[in-house]
Amino acid sequence: MSTTVEQQDNSNQNRRITWEGCSVLLDINDGDRLVFSRLTAGSIVKIGNKNYPLRPLIGCPFGSLFQVESGENGPSLARVISTAEDNNTEDKKECDLKEESRDNRALIDNNTAQTLTGEDIEGMRRQGASGNDIVEALIANSATFENKTSFSQEKYRLKKQKKYAPKVLLRRPFARSICDTYFKKYPARIGFLRVDTLSLILSFSNVTANSDVLVVDMIGGMITGAVAERLGGTGYVCNTYRGDSPYSIEIVRIFNFNDEINKRIVRLSLGELSGNGDLKENEMISSNQESLTFEESTEDKIASKIYKAAKPGEKASQDSINSWKENGFSSLIIAAPDVDAWSIVKEVLPFLSFSAPFVIYHQYLQPLATCMHNLQVEKMAIGLQITEPWLREYQVLPSRTHPHMQMSAFGGYILSGTKICNEKSTTQ
Amino acid sequence: MLPTDPTKKLSFKRHITDGDLVIVYEKHDNMKAVKVSEKSVLENRFGVFKHSDWIGKPFGCKVSSHKGGFVYLLAPTPELWTLVLSHRTQILYIADISFVIMYLELIPGCVVLESGTGSGSLTTSLARSIAPTGHVYTFDFHEQRAMAAREDFERTGLSDLVSVGVRDIQGEGFPKDLIGRADAVFLDLPQPWLAIPSAGQMLKEDGVLCSFSPCIEQVQRSSETLASNFTDIRTFEVLLRTYEVREAKMEQCQTEEGTPGARPNKRKQRVSEASHWEQDKSDSHMVMARPSGEAKGHTGYLTFARLKCVA
Repeated sequence: MSTTVEQQDNSNQNRRITWEGCSVLLDINDGDRLVFSRLTAGSIVKIGNKNYPLRPLIGCPFGSLFQVESGENGPSLARVISTAEDNNTEDKKECDLKEESRDNRALIDNNTAQTLTGEDIEGMRRQGASGNDIVEALIANSATFENKTSFSQEKYRLKKQKKYAPKVLLRRPFARSICDTYFKKYPARIGFLRVDTLSLILSFSNVTANSDVLVVDMIGGMITGAVAERLGGTGYVCNTYRGDSPYSIEIVRIFNFNDEINKRIVRLSLGELSGNGDLKENEMISSNQESLTFEESTEDKIASKIYKAAKPGEKASQDSINSWKENGFSSLIIAAPDVDAWSIVKEVLPFLSFSAPFVIYHQYLQPLATCMHNLQVEKMAIGLQITEPWLREYQVLPSRTHPHMQMSAFGGYILSGTKICNEKSTTQ
Repeated sequence: MLPTDPTKKLSFKRHITDGDLVIVYEKHDNMKAVKVSEKSVLENRFGVFKHSDWIGKPFGCKVSSHKGGFVYLLAPTPELWTLVLSHRTQILYIADISFVIMYLELIPGCVVLESGTGSGSLTTSLARSIAPTGHVYTFDFHEQRAMAAREDFERTGLSDLVSVGVRDIQGEGFPKDLIGRADAVFLDLPQPWLAIPSAGQMLKEDGVLCSFSPCIEQVQRSSETLASNFTDIRTFEVLLRTYEVREAKMEQCQTEEGTPGARPNKRKQRVSEASHWEQDKSDSHMVMARPSGEAKGHTGYLTFARLKCVA
């Protein structure tokens, strides 16, 4: 492949402007709600009780901020244009925060501080007031606002803004944001894998361009996707599985992978990898056919430039299988919450090259401890280590810096090590 | 170190050759980087190892000294390199490194800027993440240190991916020819706020900046400076806890009836208390894990921010 093609592919993966059909992460109100969407002519996002078409987001750079507007054609999202002036006012606010003498000794919490009623607000809306106008009106009509500390004034403003003038931030779906979002919304689907743990897995397993990475991904494709992202359309991530049906890798579809990257995501059953069973010959024929049709379709694409997406997770080609059997994989990652770590590692470790690193993720410690012990006893690996990352976020504000009050207390355990070449494995 | 060169890629058939860089592994906390040279020897507490004995052996193999002591020979990875490199400065370790790379959203093809280079621990991992088509531009104001880093990258085979410049980034900012080209910028400087305006110029829109600082006062000032051109400003601390695993024989508490685990009758238990604790005849081994007694309690704060998109 020529370098120009490669560079195009890379820029493709690293696109910073959205396009029709691209997958996006919508961050609504500063992380309060996170929604994965696909930008099409008809797609919408629901905020409060209104539906907003996503069409205006197409062609905007990732990182753009949108606010809601109620125009003649119904509710819509409009891009917020930030100017240098905004920045200055923010700076001023920060300076004010430094001197503070007010406190809440006079505050009586009897729910009478706000004189604006729900009807008043509805009335303002009907007259076409913007969300920000309503927020200002609420502040003007709050009897207690002036006496609040500037910090709690800011908090009040933010709270009202989220309700009456929600903001939508357009985010790139990357391993980082996808893992973060799943961890927040559906932690069980990714086996409670926190993003810092995922980052450690990718480091310990030495995933890099041109690697051949064997994965047992039973956490929805989170590992597969993160690995494919780091491979950038080179090497292979091979998802192996027991039995007849491969594990779901639905999360992979959230990444904006191009064909080159999708083609590098393949599957292969453990039986076929081990090379036992009569299946082999049949498989060889069918995979030959597959690769034939594959060639055709790539030619088609170049000729007619009709976009035909390559599907991630096709069966590995016989050439690849042969090469892996001959050379071994360069990394191994196992994330199988429901399979005993030792029993799976015993099966797949022989396919890993000597001196290659492996990582096993689990949300419980004991299976990893047992597995580590067995690997030691069997002299299969060195540099064995069980680690658990700890992650704490900080609020950083003038004179108000401290760790967040709430934090995730657990992000999973990982067992890492390096396979060695001992007498037993060489005779194999 | 990286499989960008297919002949250096790990494989069952890949053997150690003259000139290879190997990591000599004695123990998990005792490793050394050695360049294989046919006529050389390695001497350590296990005895004398002849390099010529190593040539032709697969990576990951065990080799013996003249006294029968042994070590393992491993292929270098950025993780192993971080454990063996010569410390010319305080270095970043795996937890911070991994988190930085994930949060900077580095993928093959990215352009990333770093200052200072220091001992090149992070640089090696940055190079791994952007290979084979991306590039790391790293700067250090210390000429000797920059030179030593350059030699290291030569040794580890990363020279094509990394450019080391001698430059005071706090004082002069990043070079103008990199304006608008960086996908990400990493700062490990005593006064990062001085370099932030320049870092902002280098970044593409929505590009990510990370500043590593050991002290909270540095974080405070950096965050204030970031507020003008950046958004999504977040500060984290990431640490690692390691576990010790041990197999031990555990004594079992047995009731008179000999049914371990059955709830013992209180009165009976008092009568013949002494006889209840006895070694279980059947081998009852247990694998147990506990956190290691000591750990790094602090490395530094990681502050991330995204360059605002100005429409």
